Amino acid sequence: MTYVRDVGALARKDLLLELRAKDTLPAMLLFVAAVFVVFHFALPGNPSRLETTGLLWVAILFTALLGLGRAFVPEREQRTMDGLVLAPCDRSAIWLAKSLATLAFLGAAEVVALPLYALFFHRIGGSTVLAVVLADIGICAVGTFLGAMAVVTRARDLLLPLLFLPLAMPIVVGAVGASIGHSPGRYLGFLALYDLLFGVVCWGSFEYVVAE
Amino acid sequence: MLTAHRLGKRYGEKRVLRGVDLELPDGGFLVVTGPNGSGKTTLLRICAGLAAPTSGTVERRATRAELGYLGHEPLVYRELTALENLDLYGRLYRVPERRERIGMLLERFGLWEARHDRVAAYSRGMTQRLALCRVLLHDPALLVLDEPYTALDEAGAELLDDQLTELRGERTFLVSTHDPARVAPLASGRLALGT
Amino acid sequence: MASLVLITTALLFVFYVAPDDANQGFSQRIFYFHVSIAFTAYVCFAAGAWKAFRHLWKRDPRADLESYVWVHQGLIFGAMVLVTGSIWARISWGRWWVWSEDELVLFLILYLFYCAYFMLRFSVDPGPQRANLSAVYALFGVVLIPVSFAAIRLAKEVLHPRVFTLHGPNFGGWILVTYCIAQAALLVLAYTLYRVELAGKRLDLRLRELKEVLA
Repeated sequence: MTYVRDVGALARKDLLLELRAKDTLPAMLLFVAAVFVVFHFALPGNPSRLETTGLLWVAILFTALLGLGRAFVPEREQRTMDGLVLAPCDRSAIWLAKSLATLAFLGAAEVVALPLYALFFHRIGGSTVLAVVLADIGICAVGTFLGAMAVVTRARDLLLPLLFLPLAMPIVVGAVGASIGHSPGRYLGFLALYDLLFGVVCWGSFEYVVAE
Repeated sequence: MLTAHRLGKRYGEKRVLRGVDLELPDGGFLVVTGPNGSGKTTLLRICAGLAAPTSGTVERRATRAELGYLGHEPLVYRELTALENLDLYGRLYRVPERRERIGMLLERFGLWEARHDRVAAYSRGMTQRLALCRVLLHDPALLVLDEPYTALDEAGAELLDDQLTELRGERTFLVSTHDPARVAPLASGRLALGT
Repeated sequence: MASLVLITTALLFVFYVAPDDANQGFSQRIFYFHVSIAFTAYVCFAAGAWKAFRHLWKRDPRADLESYVWVHQGLIFGAMVLVTGSIWARISWGRWWVWSEDELVLFLILYLFYCAYFMLRFSVDPGPQRANLSAVYALFGVVLIPVSFAAIRLAKEVLHPRVFTLHGPNFGGWILVTYCIAQAALLVLAYTLYRVELAGKRLDLRLRELKEVLA
């Protein structure tokens, strides 16, 4: 129960910081809209649903990367990670809270992005929405974890996409399969399995990322 | 409370600490002195559990909840207000009667009027006062203070003097400073680090 | 020494003892190396992850370097998988790259993943933090291997639903013997390379420490 309260306190802090700084969410929104316009010109004519679905997932992935790259910037710039690490709460709460905050931003960006996609290209089915939810969880869980790793390196922002994209490959497979496949259930199940598996790995090993 | 045996720390090729022994009994007040670059900060970070020694052992008989650490950085979010920062730490440390305790500390360190201001608008001295509030918030049994007088004006330094005197004996202190005269009346021991 | 003998024996078997493939003839012989190299790479990655686990769990001070060296070997063998696989694809399908070969696609992903491992490692100063980050990422790798494999299988079904089948190549007689010898040879080779690199790296560390003591 105290664990939930710790996560709540930390996530509240992240939302409050975004509310003050207002830099992540507007950037994600602008980015995803711009990417759609780029797609329109990159795929001239009338692209099929198959093609635009692939592009939708590319857009979601890269928009998420934008947000994930910002996730630990307050801790890095204001050097507050030591304070969180010293607090008596379980260190995995830091990861979980940050993942939840990033998930909220990504979700908010998608609330705008998905209708926009439907307006610009093709309509979206229920299985796609479900896939978005499940994929978001995996993206934020793994991406936040890797973001915490990337901020302590010299390469910083450069490193996150390199670390993240190979690990995101299964998410893309599951998400695209659920959006256009013949039996979305299997792909949704695969996404859920991915979330569970990597969620447990992240939860168990975050301690080693932040503590020496 | 704290025992260290033959501590060594290397960052890559550079050796910052070499064979440091340290013994701090309950209620003690150990002052760590030494010139810049002698490893004071590294030693304190190891004692607080923020860094792992390359060699040697350190044994601390205080949990994370019983430890108060003041570093070079204030460890507060600049975009949040003083109240919001202390509220976050108060929740994480599960401080009983959080609001009252926070109010009392802010009052004592002269920050009550500025409690709703963002820390970004604070002067360095005010930020250091807030950092001290953060350290004292959960009434820790072991206080590890790295150059606590940094950036404080005379009034702030006197406030800190009073606070240390009040807690001396009841709590255990590990304090690094380049001005040992200031805390000399409180010190129970002194550890001089060479270069 | 042992690895040299085994490699020679394996080469002899591959070229002189194993029969020609009915469809692909002589060129099919690269298969022996392709498959056994791939298996060796998995073994290296798994060993790297095991050492990473030892580092995190037991705080074994030697485990970090050992884990790194295993992953490095894995990356070398992984590169060889991509090269031999590409040659095989050229022979079988007339193209240097085919997305239909699961093993090849998987190794491409793993190759990218472990290259990122190196980027990560070289972007952090040596010390406990680098050891921890490397170890955690290496552990992610062993989780990624089966997940990616399943994903690649699933990806092929998106447009062409089909049933999973598990029919391996028909091993028999000399083919099996040759394969086993090639496999053993490569595993021993990987281990030998691992020992050599580890010894070199340790010597390097030792030298630096001595230099510092003298300085």
